[in-house]
This record gives sequence, C-alpha cells and structure tokens, in this order.
Amino acid sequence: MSFNDALKEAGAKPAGKRPYFLEPQVERVLAITMTLAQELAVARQRSDTLERLLKAKGILAEEEIDSFTPDAHASAERQMWNQEFIARILRIVQQENEAALVADEVASGEMPDEAVPGA
Amino acid sequence: MADPKRPNSPTADYDGPPDYRVIGRHGVFPQTSHDEIERINFLAQMNRHLAARVVPGVKAAYKARVAPAFAAAHGRPIGNRHEARKAMLGDQAFCTWSALRRMTMEQRQQAGRWTAIRQREGLNARASALTHGDDRLTLNPDLAIPRYVSAVDHHCMPGSYHTEYAPGDVTNGANYDHAGFVTTGGLLGKYSDGGGHAVVQWVKKNVPDFAPRRILEFGGTVGHSSLPLAQAFPEAELTIVDLGAPMLRYGLARAKSLGVNNVRFVQASAEDLTGLFEDGSFDWVQTTMFLHELSTRALRNIFGESRRLLRPGGIVLHVEQPQYAPDMPLFEQAMRDWDAFYNNEPFWSRMHEMDLDAEMVRAGFERDRIIHGGVYGVVDRELFPDAAQDDTEDYGRKAAWHVIGAVA
Repeated sequence: MSFNDALKEAGAKPAGKRPYFLEPQVERVLAITMTLAQELAVARQRSDTLERLLKAKGILAEEEIDSFTPDAHASAERQMWNQEFIARILRIVQQENEAALVADEVASGEMPDEAVPGA
Repeated sequence: MADPKRPNSPTADYDGPPDYRVIGRHGVFPQTSHDEIERINFLAQMNRHLAARVVPGVKAAYKARVAPAFAAAHGRPIGNRHEARKAMLGDQAFCTWSALRRMTMEQRQQAGRWTAIRQREGLNARASALTHGDDRLTLNPDLAIPRYVSAVDHHCMPGSYHTEYAPGDVTNGANYDHAGFVTTGGLLGKYSDGGGHAVVQWVKKNVPDFAPRRILEFGGTVGHSSLPLAQAFPEAELTIVDLGAPMLRYGLARAKSLGVNNVRFVQASAEDLTGLFEDGSFDWVQTTMFLHELSTRALRNIFGESRRLLRPGGIVLHVEQPQYAPDMPLFEQAMRDWDAFYNNEPFWSRMHEMDLDAEMVRAGFERDRIIHGGVYGVVDRELFPDAAQDDTEDYGRKAAWHVIGAVA
C-alpha cells in the first residue's frame, strides 16, 4: 500500500506552474540525466559501503580491489558487459546513423496501402 | 583547500556538508535506508556545487555579457532587479544554473516524500502514540487554508504544510523535517534548530533581563526554530501556531521525544487569534523565516495580531533573510529573487522590498521602539560548517539573517 502510494505520490507536481529555463525537450532530458547521476552516486556509495564492510570484517584486504586482475574468462565477461552497456545507452545514436543511410524511408502513418490486384 | 580557521572540518581537506548520518533523530523521525541517506547526501552536495562552483560563473556572465548587452540595447545600465533577472533569462549561464537548481529541489522533494510516504502508516502510528489525548495539541479541522498558502506549494513541496493524506497524517511534516538537510547542507545543525538557537543567543545578549513566561511563535511548523526558545526559558510556556495539522502533530511528537515539554501546538491562522488568546497575553511573539510566505494582507494582519497579543513591554522579533537595500548590488538582488519566481515563494520578492519599519508602525508599534539586528545560525561546530565563517553565497539560503522587531 505505502509502496504504491510512494510510487504514485513521491514525484507529485507541486501546486504552481513550472518554469522552464531551457528548451523543454532539453530540460526534460537534463532532468532525467540529473536523476540518473543521483542514482549513480547512490550506487557508487553503496558499493563503497560494501567494500568498507568487507575490509572491516577482514574479508577484503586494502588495495585488493585496485590490484584485482580478472582472469581471461572474467575479463571477457566484464568487457562484454561494458560493450553491452554502451550499446544500450547509445541506442539512439546507432539508430540515427542507420537512418541516415536509408534513402527513401516511409513513416508508419504515411505508409500507403497496397493496391489490391485486379481492382 | 581547507580553511585553517575552521575547526569543524571532519578532515583537514574536506570542505562541505557533513554526512547526513550525523543528523539528530527523534521518536517520529522517519527511518532512512542506506540509499535514501546517500540520495540526500548527493543532493546536498549538488546544492553545494551549484553555490560554490556554478554561481561564480553566473556572476561572471552577468558582468561580462548580460549587463553590457543590456546597456548596448537600451542605452542605459540595468535599472532594477527585475530588469537584471529578465536580462539573465537570455543568458545560458543563468538558465543552466536555474534549471539545475530547480531540478535539485524537485529531486529533493521526491527523495524526501519517497522516504516519508513509504512508511506513512508507521509514522502516523508513532505520532499518534506520542500525542494521543495530549491537550498540548489543539487541531481545528474546519480551519480554512488561505489562498496565499494553497495556490502555490511553497518551495516546490507537494501538498505544502497543510495537506493530509490520511487521518492523523504527519507525512508532510516528516518530509519537511528529515530532508531539509538538502537545502541547508547542515548549516542549521543537528536538529535543524540553529535559527532558534541564534534567536536565543541574540535575546540573551541584547535583552539580558528578559524573563518571558508566555512565548508565541507564528508559523512554527514542526518546531525547528521554536524548541530552542522553550529550552532556553524552561519556566516559560511556548505556544506554536501554524495552519498545517501534519506539522503540528509531528511537532508535538518530536518535541516530546526530545524531552521538550513546555510547548503547545495550536492549529490556527495567525491572522486572527481572537477567541483563542486575549489581548496582552504574551511576553514574546516570534517568527523565524516566516514573513516571506505571507501575502501583504496576511502580513499586515499578523503584525496587527502580534501588537494586540503583546503585553506592554513585550517583544516581537521577526527573523528573515536581509531586505533589498539600495546598496545591495542588482545582481545579488536578482539572484535572491530567484526563489520568488522559480522556487514557489510567490511573496519573497515583494516582502523583501517592503518597508518593514513602516509596517511595524502601521501595526501600532512606536517607531523609536523598533529593533534591528543580525544573527547567524548557531550549530555544533564539531560536526557542521559554521554559517558565520562560510563565505559560500547561496543567495537566499545562507543561514545569515536579519532581525526586525519592536518593544510593545
């Protein structure tokens, strides 16, 4: 109940018309980006907390993370994760570049009907 | 580099807000997960970054681009703060800073509301357990919320101070209390009460023989700035008047769990307290960072009520951000006006240009008994940056205030 209330209400609009300082599309993307930056910071701090707790418990030694060298298999997995991550977030660049190579592309709403044979 | 004059930096090289985990908790304070705390830490650092690293660029752009362009276009320099602000709206430095500052406030509200709403039932139950049947909480469900509060949610806080989401609700009080750290960066101290301690320090220094028995605070919300008054004068009874039931419920629960018992919370409009309090029934009437949220009509009514309620020789004190004086640079005035236009503080601009002395006289105070002073937030210097020594200027947010008041 409270979780669903929070989903719905936490980001509620305050009474009063919102000012825009940039082009609305730019401001919208910047707002999304700044929230992503916030969540990245939160994830980074969580990982830092984990490292410090592991060190305090003697599970992780100082410099162990910085000197960590993945074996070939792990290295490939990690680098592939990087590639996948970049491909995901830069999807629109890929799609715009592909679109530039298509000569006469039609929009869905402008797609002409097929002529019915014999009509 | 750290400033060697500051004894309060957690480590020698660190200069900024403390970790949120040093905040003072009490019986109705919301639980905060690791990630919720880090969200608040991030947002406090965003405000710090904007004030310390971005505002200087806005100022430089004003000097290098905005002011010369205005002068070239109009054949005269910028004439007032409204012209300065409108001219800056055409400059990317001001617009980028503004967009980021607005977003940071919106993110702060979302972060704080998430924490409060997800545990709403539990918070309401804790508040109820602490306040049920206590005659120090007087609510008036029929109280009409005036338009100067309801039309625009102050500082982008959805539902403002008054909206209730369930019977016995304290959600908006919990949001207001626990995440205000984002804006102050700790400058108001462990219990966000540095403003109240500053007022007490000022009174003890400037009116050393003052021994109030009945103190009244208008617009005291959850009691951040009020409880220090009750703590400093344990023989006195402090009454907090506010429009918002969620603030008052939360406020009494908070006060009791902090061991402050000589305080009562009353839901009423400070514009008209006839029927609740008799003429001359208070020794001290206080407001702290409250006047800017009032329409002119409300401000005049409230000044009038303060005059009516004070006994002869009683004192009224209003603590506020500094007024716009002719010697304040137009850039600074325009930056201070930002909250009025872009952070839902609709009366901020007008209030800060009012002749408050004239308003005090209009309310019936004698001009030669008007008080002027200045105070800084008082905080625990072991943990927090100290406002008096912090030269980062976050126009309108810094814990450095003016006092205007009068002896009745």
